[in-house]
Amino acid sequence: MPKARTEDAAELERITRTLRRDIVIATSAAASGHPSTSLSMVEVVSILFFGGVLRYDPKDPHNRERDRFILSKGHGAPGLYAVLAEAGYFPADDLTTLRRLGSPLEGHPNMCRLPGVEASTGSLGQGLSVGIGHALGASIDELDYRVYVMVGDGESEQGQIWEAAMYAGNHSLDNLTLIIDRNGYQQTDSVKNIQSLDPLDKKLEAFGWAVRDIDGHSLDEVRAAFEWAQSITGSPQAIIANTVKGKGVSLLESDPAKWHGKPVPEEDKDRALEEIGA
Amino acid sequence: MSFGISRIQLEEGTSTREAFGEALAQAGSNPNVVVLDGDVNNSTFTKNFKDEYPDRFFNVGIAESNLVGVAAGLAGCGKLPVVSSFSVFLLCNAYDQIRMSVAFPNQNVKLVGTHAGISIGEDGPSQMTVEDVALACSFPGFTVIVPADGPSASAATHAMLEREGPTFLRCGRPKVPNVYENGDAFHVGKANTVRDGDDVTIVANGIMVAMALDAAEGLSGESISARVVDMHTVKPIDTSALEKAANETKGVVVAEEHMAYGGLGATVAMTLAERGPTRMAFVNIGDTYATSGKPDELLLQFGLTPDAIMDAARRVLKD
Repeated sequence: MPKARTEDAAELERITRTLRRDIVIATSAAASGHPSTSLSMVEVVSILFFGGVLRYDPKDPHNRERDRFILSKGHGAPGLYAVLAEAGYFPADDLTTLRRLGSPLEGHPNMCRLPGVEASTGSLGQGLSVGIGHALGASIDELDYRVYVMVGDGESEQGQIWEAAMYAGNHSLDNLTLIIDRNGYQQTDSVKNIQSLDPLDKKLEAFGWAVRDIDGHSLDEVRAAFEWAQSITGSPQAIIANTVKGKGVSLLESDPAKWHGKPVPEEDKDRALEEIGA
Repeated sequence: MSFGISRIQLEEGTSTREAFGEALAQAGSNPNVVVLDGDVNNSTFTKNFKDEYPDRFFNVGIAESNLVGVAAGLAGCGKLPVVSSFSVFLLCNAYDQIRMSVAFPNQNVKLVGTHAGISIGEDGPSQMTVEDVALACSFPGFTVIVPADGPSASAATHAMLEREGPTFLRCGRPKVPNVYENGDAFHVGKANTVRDGDDVTIVANGIMVAMALDAAEGLSGESISARVVDMHTVKPIDTSALEKAANETKGVVVAEEHMAYGGLGATVAMTLAERGPTRMAFVNIGDTYATSGKPDELLLQFGLTPDAIMDAARRVLKD
């Protein structure tokens, strides 16, 4: 199975700008959706799909040896769709059908309708368990694929995340990498104010995970973190990606609690795209 | 065939959970079958599979949400996961995981809930499910099976594994008298007429099938000819067997070890209402939880007896 590995930093920067543009345009076209939680995950998914991390083939999306990327924070669907389109799973023109009747680009990911989507998500807290199932499947079938699961920090308030974290740690699932997109905000306020996760690194370590804390918008740090994760044996790995909700669009960054689940208004769109620079 | 008119004898035969466990261990010869347990495998009898195929057995612990999610992931890898726990913990604790990770993406996961109904006895209502069939039927696309006895639980286990799609199989704790013999035909979605009759039809499933047969025997002493239909598959329901019963007999009694809402009775009523007016009566637990007690005491207390079925039949036939 191939990996797409772009060494060219400028090319990776271009990809991140393209994804950000696609996220803003698609959610604005839909007049609904969650651009800000999608914008915070852009560097991570860019490195996953284009930094030589994931083995995948858009022409053979169900190949049993593929690496898996599960987006547990399903409301980040516009970010997932943007990277899947860039990777060639479907034409980028389809992105503006987001949330429309008949489109497989539903408000939250639907694995039955869109190749490349590994799990249907949207009820928070469930993707890590599904990822564990895939990780166990690799052991049973003696395959060497890896499983990557992205959760949100707000999502990590769900008990199921910790049931799953305990299981993966106790069973030393070293083909499993968790990325926590720690953008600091949930729907109505900051995670810190509502249900602080601190100390998140120590919690995960206590559950048997190898943990690394990074700047989730630094392409170099993200790439190094995935290389580190692949080098770990004997335990699952967690990458805490510290990010900014709405990253790249000042309007969304300015008040994350206000802009959760809201697209950039039509009158602000041009300025947002200008800031993104794509 | 008679099992004692006033109450069901629960010391004969095998339990449906035990028959499931034995059948599952046999089905383990299929290398795709994997079994997931919420640390009750000696109660659900998935221990039989565990002992034979330890590499394909996963005790996920007392964490039903994770249990169901992991099974969904294994189904995503092309495995054939069978998840087993007490029915109450599986469906009530992990309802959202079944919905989001199994039902909505139509994953080929088999959920087997044991210790269903009130016949578990002394452990009491926190461990019982009076609402599990309703919950399982509420998932679009689900198949829901409630076998009557050991032989049909065994056949149902094999049948659900051969059939693609998410399924809930409901098993009970106590031994139940055999209505069937091993090897009798069992087809998902196709009801079995276990006794013919032309005055009234008793549609039942689970342990109520044996009671319905006792009731039919009792009714024959009153010159009432009762048909007994084992509706082991609640969903998809056998519409033609129901229409035939409604056309050929004067009324339909539905008996189930479940609360009044959302189970077999509601499904039969909905199905027959499409056809036209049918006289019906219902034998179930009503709109309540049960209590602790001996299984046969509870069945008597909560109105699940052949006598109750006979009363219902008389009501249906009353002018």
